[in-house]
This record gives sequence, C-alpha cells and structure tokens, in this order.
Amino acid sequence: MSAHIGNRSYTLKIWRQAGPDKPGRFVDYRVENVDPAVSFLEMLDQLNEDLTLKREDPVAFDSDCREGICGTCGVCIDGRPHGPLPHITTCTLRMREFSSGGVITVEPFRANAFPIVKDLVVDRSAFDRVIRRGGYISVNVGSAPEANMTPIGKDVSEDAMDSAACIGCGACVAACPNAAAALFVGAKVRQLTLLPQGRVERVHRVSNMVGQMDHEGFGNCSNHGECEAACPKAISLENIATLRREYARAALGLR
Amino acid sequence: MTAAAMNGKLDPHSPGGPLETRWDRHKGDLKLVSPANKRKFTVIVVGTGLAGGSAAAALGELGYNVINLCIQDSPRRAHSVAAQGGINAAKNYPNDGDSVYRLFYDTIKGGDFRARESNVYRLAQLSVNIIDQCVAQGVPFAREYGGLLTNRSFGGAQVSRTFYARGQTGQQLLLGAYGSLMRQVEAGRVQLFARREMLDLVVIDGRARGIICRNLVSGALERYAGDAVLLCTGGYATVYFLSTNAVNSNATAIWRCYKHGALFANPCFTQIHPTCIPLVGEQQSKLTLMSESLRNDGRVWVPKNPGDNRSADQIPDSERDYFLERMYPAFGNLVPRDIASRAAKRVTDEGRGVGSTKLAVYLDFADAVKRLGVDTVRERYGNLFQMYDEITGEDPYKVPMRIFPAPHYTMGGLWVDYNLMSTIPGLHILGEANFSDHGANRLGASALMQGLCDGYFVIPYTIGHYLAGTPLGTVNTDHAAFAAAETKVREGVKRLLAGRGKKTVRDFHWELGRILWDRAGMSRNATGLREAIEKIRALRHEFWENVCVPGSGEEFNKSLEMAGRVADLFELGELLCRDALQREESCGCHFREEHQTPEGELQRDDAHYAFVGAWEYTGDNAEPTLHREPLQFETVHLATRSYK
Repeated sequence: MSAHIGNRSYTLKIWRQAGPDKPGRFVDYRVENVDPAVSFLEMLDQLNEDLTLKREDPVAFDSDCREGICGTCGVCIDGRPHGPLPHITTCTLRMREFSSGGVITVEPFRANAFPIVKDLVVDRSAFDRVIRRGGYISVNVGSAPEANMTPIGKDVSEDAMDSAACIGCGACVAACPNAAAALFVGAKVRQLTLLPQGRVERVHRVSNMVGQMDHEGFGNCSNHGECEAACPKAISLENIATLRREYARAALGLR
Repeated sequence: MTAAAMNGKLDPHSPGGPLETRWDRHKGDLKLVSPANKRKFTVIVVGTGLAGGSAAAALGELGYNVINLCIQDSPRRAHSVAAQGGINAAKNYPNDGDSVYRLFYDTIKGGDFRARESNVYRLAQLSVNIIDQCVAQGVPFAREYGGLLTNRSFGGAQVSRTFYARGQTGQQLLLGAYGSLMRQVEAGRVQLFARREMLDLVVIDGRARGIICRNLVSGALERYAGDAVLLCTGGYATVYFLSTNAVNSNATAIWRCYKHGALFANPCFTQIHPTCIPLVGEQQSKLTLMSESLRNDGRVWVPKNPGDNRSADQIPDSERDYFLERMYPAFGNLVPRDIASRAAKRVTDEGRGVGSTKLAVYLDFADAVKRLGVDTVRERYGNLFQMYDEITGEDPYKVPMRIFPAPHYTMGGLWVDYNLMSTIPGLHILGEANFSDHGANRLGASALMQGLCDGYFVIPYTIGHYLAGTPLGTVNTDHAAFAAAETKVREGVKRLLAGRGKKTVRDFHWELGRILWDRAGMSRNATGLREAIEKIRALRHEFWENVCVPGSGEEFNKSLEMAGRVADLFELGELLCRDALQREESCGCHFREEHQTPEGELQRDDAHYAFVGAWEYTGDNAEPTLHREPLQFETVHLATRSYK
C-alpha cells in the first residue's frame, strides 16, 4: 500500500467492552494521517487497520450502506448520537468537521433496551419486535386492489413519507434521557394512520406496538425533544403527538 | 439434472408458444401443494432484501414453514434499502404509449439482447401487480394533486413508467416487504435469524436440503435443514472493492453454491455506473451514487490539455473539452450509462482527469444556473446537491461537481431456469443473485422490479411445483451431510484465523479491486484479462501466506467475516476475467477493445455469442467448464444500439 495522504491526527477515547456481560472502559488511541475528506467510520477503519497490524483487537462497530440510509451505523460522538451535525448519520459525517489534534469520545448508543454486543455494537432487535406487533398493513400478496383505486391527497402522501423516512437507527433512543422509543414508534404509527389503507387496523396497531415498546424496557417520553434533534432524517415531534392521540383513541375504545 | 449430466446443453424449461400467454399457461401446468400440506414443508430463505424479504413473506402467507436469515442486524437494512431512483411498471398511467410489450422490449434491448425472452416478458407482465401490492402495504409513492400515482422518466425508455418515493424508493419498498415479513414472524410462519452468514450449502441425494451459517455474534456454526433453499443474497460488485454496494455485500453464499455445482452465468456482465462521487483517497471504503437525472442539465467536461492543474473557474471555455457533446452530438450528455462511463475513462486515461486524484470529470451546472436560475436548479436537484455538499464539502451551485464511474450492479449470477431453480435441484436463486433478466446491461429502476417480482409473484408458484413433484424424504440436521459440511466450514474458519502475516484483509481486497478495475472494468482486452488472472492467482497465493486475521472464531469478529468473503472474491474475480476473455464480442457493459466499430462503439457478434455463458466448477485447481444456453429471439428482432 502506498502512504496515507491525510494530515490530521486525533486522540480517540473509545468504549471497549468484550461482551454484554463483560465490564467496559474507555481506552485511548491515537490515529494519525487522517484525510479530512474521509468519513468518521473510515477514520475508525484506519484505526482498525493499525490495530490489526499491531496484533491488537480491532474496535467492533456496525455499518453497512455507508450512505446514510440503512440505519446500521451509529455511535455517540462526544455525547451526541451521530455526532455534532444535525440530520446526518455517523457514516456520512466527515473528518473535516473535527479539528486536528483534538480528542474525540466515542461510545455506543446507550439504552437498557439496546444491550451492548461488543464495543460500539448494540442489539437493536427490540425495534423489530415492536414492528412485529403491528407496524404494517395486513395484506396478503395477490389480494391487493388496483393501485389507483384509492386516491390519496398529495399532501397526505408527502406527510406519510416524512414519517416513513425513519431509518430505524436508534439515535432517538440514545439521545433521550429516558431512552424512550416514542419517536420511532410514533413515526410508523403516523405513517400508517395517515394512509386510508392503514386506518383499518389503527386500534390494534397502536395498542400492540406501545405494549411491546413498554415490554422491551424503553422509557417513557417526557417531552425533552432530544430525539428530534438527534434524528438523522428529521422525524418531527408531531409523530409523538400522533402516537399519543392514537393511543388515547384506542384506550377510549374509539374505532 | 446435474451440471455434469447436461453435456454442455442447458435447458431453461421455458414454456413454448405465444410469448404473451407463456406464464399463464405455465402456471396452469405447475403442480400445487394443498393448503393442509404446505405446513409440512420448510423453505430456507437466505437474505431479506427485496427478493428475500418478499419471498419469505409470501411463502409464510401461503402457509409454508419459512426459515429466513440475514447478515444484517435487522431485515430492514438489506442493501435494497439504498436504491434511489424508482421502480418500473407498465401501468401506462401517463397515457404515453407504454405497454407490457414495450417494457419487455426496452429491457431486452437495454440488456443488449443477451437476456431470455420468456423471463423478461414475465417480468414486464408482473410489474403492474407489484405496484398494486406495494400501495396496499402503505408504500408512500409520489402522487399527483388529484391523489393518483405519478411517474417519472428513466434511462433507456421513451415513456414515463417509473414509480418513486422521493430518492428513497428502495427504502420504502423494502420497508413494505419488511412489514409483511414481520407480520409472518408474528404469525409464527417465519422464523427469523439476524446476524447470520451462510457459509455452505448442504446437498443430500443431489438436492439442496440445508445450509450452514455462522452466528456473527457468538461465532457458533449453526445447521438449518429444509426442503428447499432460496438464495436472495444480492450481487458481487464488491469484487472491485470500491463500489456503490454496502460494506457487508458479498458473494460468499452464491460462490459456495457454485462450488457445489450450481452454474455461474455471465460473471463478466458487471455494470459501472457513470455518475458517482469520485474516490478521494485510499482510506475510502465505498463510492456513493449520484442520480443519473443530473445529466439532464449538467454538462460533462475536462480540460483540453493533459496536466492542466488550474481550478475549474480559471479554465476558459475554449480550453475545455465537453467530450460527451463532442463525441456523441445526437445524445450529448444523455448517452446511456455504459457509453458515458467508457468516455470518462478514456479522457482520464489521457491524463485529463480533474481533482487531486485526477480520476474524475466535471459535471458542471454553471450554464444551467445561468439559463434556469438557482431556484429552478434547486427545485430539480436540491437534495442531490445537498448530499454532494455533505460528502465533498463543495457547493455544486458554485463549483462544478466531480464525478466518476463506479461498480454498481452485477447482471451475472447463478444460472436459473424459468422456475428460478439453479442446476442443483431445490436450490432457487432470486433477485440480483441470479442472472436471468437484465442481459449484458440493466436499465435504471429495473432491479427493484425484478427483486419483488421474483419474491412476491414467481417463487410462490414455482416452489410449490418443486415440492409437490419431488420425492423428498425427511432430513434433519443430524444427517451426516450436515456434520461434514460443518466440519468443512470449521476448517475454513480455522485456516483463515491462522493468518498472522503482515497485510490486512483490506489491503488484499483493495489490491484485488485495483486489478479488476484496471483490466476487467469498463474496458477489457485479452492481454489485460490474462494478466489479471495471473495477478489474482499470485495475490490469492500471497493472501494465504501473508494475511493477518486477528481475534478468534468464537466471537463477534468483523475481520474474520471479511477475510472469508475476500478469499471467495479472489476466485470469483478470476472467473469474471475468464468469462470476459471467453466472450469475444462487445455487448452492453462488456466492452472488449478488440471488438469495436471504427467509431469506438460496441460490436456484438450474434452469430457466435448469442448465448448465456454458464460456468461449472470442476475443482480448485482445475479449469471450469463453460456451458452454453443458446438465446432464442422469437419475438424481437436483433438490432444494433447506436447513440450517435
């Protein structure tokens, strides 16, 4: 390999934890020759290359698409999920945002419902189990009517799309002092409640999803609004308002 | 049918007769499994993208027992999620002359006449059902003010037939399939296993009966038994290291099935997309696509003189070469993907590339801003400009974008018949992992269509035919074949972990990517391909001598995962070159320098190469055998594609 072309260096304080039941601690690392154009995760790749050749255990972290859409990546950078910039995932954050010579603290998304797998990797399967309880429209393949049978207003459709844009990364939970999942659950509930084809199941959906959310150990929402600020897709607090409205509606037995 | 028994002749089992009624007649001939008997069959589905997620959901709804595995931590993250542009369907809502036949014809022609007519026609027919299904699931497609669905245009078509959800169509379709899948998990029809990587196929009495997976959290090897196996594991563009694919996209599942006798078809058909954000340095891990719609208003150029290091604004118009407009005056900046990519390569090879690496060309919006105003440009491309700005730190309203081609999609894949079954009975291949529908070049917005078509509407019919018509004894994971497969996998893992050399897995992957990019990328010739094969072999040899794989097998170990995938990619890369060498013609994305017109265009050879080239594995150190499936064009007339 030819030489790295970057000129920045950083001290990283990274959370290392061998497994879910193992003790964890911060370990300091030095990373040199970082190109400001690379992403935060590519900087971590570079650190791992160095560690590998030094026969040390590379830092475990999750990532996949590396273009901000799959929701796989996510760490807390200096205490903020996905780092200092709004509306961005960790994989699309660039090192030019960090002054050379600085110290950067890197931690996993912390929440009781997201147990640590290893180092910066967490288990977010709680989200899947919440969706499992009703985050869909019950329609079998083959039974769908002609797509243009039901007109849906452009504004309604766009509004539903705003909610549907959630990538399920869990930054909302990590940012919340209560580790609540209200924004994540609210986004799915709102998307499907706005659409006429989703209204049929609204009562069961919200009751079951909220029930599962509580069961998974997510905290209660107390209106901090940190979730919205941390969300890489700018999912708004309005989704939590909808979640509450729908939940109250279901509790009151309204159809 | 085993590959060895084919005597070089492959039967696609396409139904004959009129093209328009083939699928309907075929469905009438397929055997059925009665509702009460479906629960007696277990189907293993590997992958949860548009193909795998839709297949697992659809089979669960029918009542089969489904075991569904994915490499990601959640099925919602499969790489289909990253598709931007849209999904084609012959709905003809815009009343602009679309039809099933036109979508079929555009797809065949777009693939440069190297796909199977029967499969492509079925795809076009079923496209309309996909849209109905997705809307019913709550996919928020773009709509008109009147509340009905809207369409946009895409490359390779003269009609508007692309349905879309902003620039996130893949995400929305995948979340639709994921919802249906999770509903079946809740119903107990699908057992879901995330963070599992398939490392081997288990074949018993010549039939696919199970798989061996590695649990990526604990490192444990796990056995899964069933009556059929569906691979929905995507393409192999990561063979080039840098591509628009995800970090975990890999070819291990299809490759290990190839080694069990599944034929690998057209491995040299790989698509290099022209408009991606260029490489900035060796630390980079992937390339990001910018929608090709940008070429509607952007002008592509490089300096006229090699080595011109001035910034774009310092280079006067008279010293710029708007090379697409110069070379292809009729289509200008809107030539098809393969043409645009090759032209960009040509000018950078001449030393006229721009940016710090010189491996980029400008896509300039200055004239568009002058002509249309900033507001209109923002309205059309605002989100793309913002994305470009985020990644590069440059404002495309002020300085030209820098773009360069990047590996994006692979048309080649495991060979399947009309029922999507490979040459190993019981092993079915869906989506990008198979080779069937896109020939030598895929049109934009057709990958999503194929994935969902295979999963929702084809496999639910054809899997029943296989299960009902095949004597399948009971097999469980105690069978000796499972133990043997697990031992083989365990030894493979052990061999990788013995690596304590001086180079990382990434170093090797990077070098493999360079070899293939330079010699088997956008432009290929016999000398370069032979060289590539030699270099890959040498690199592969060095890999086993000098790779460093840290950690153990009994833990979450990313380096180990990547090492196994890269080891397979060496072998696949070699087969890719071999196939490119064999195909002495130029077609679609396969450009052989020896076979071009005096104007530098593709020169297809229908007399000798109108076939699917399907390779049979014959041993680690033996030459693979080429089988040919002749392509019969009964409906379309073979024509030359020209863009001058």
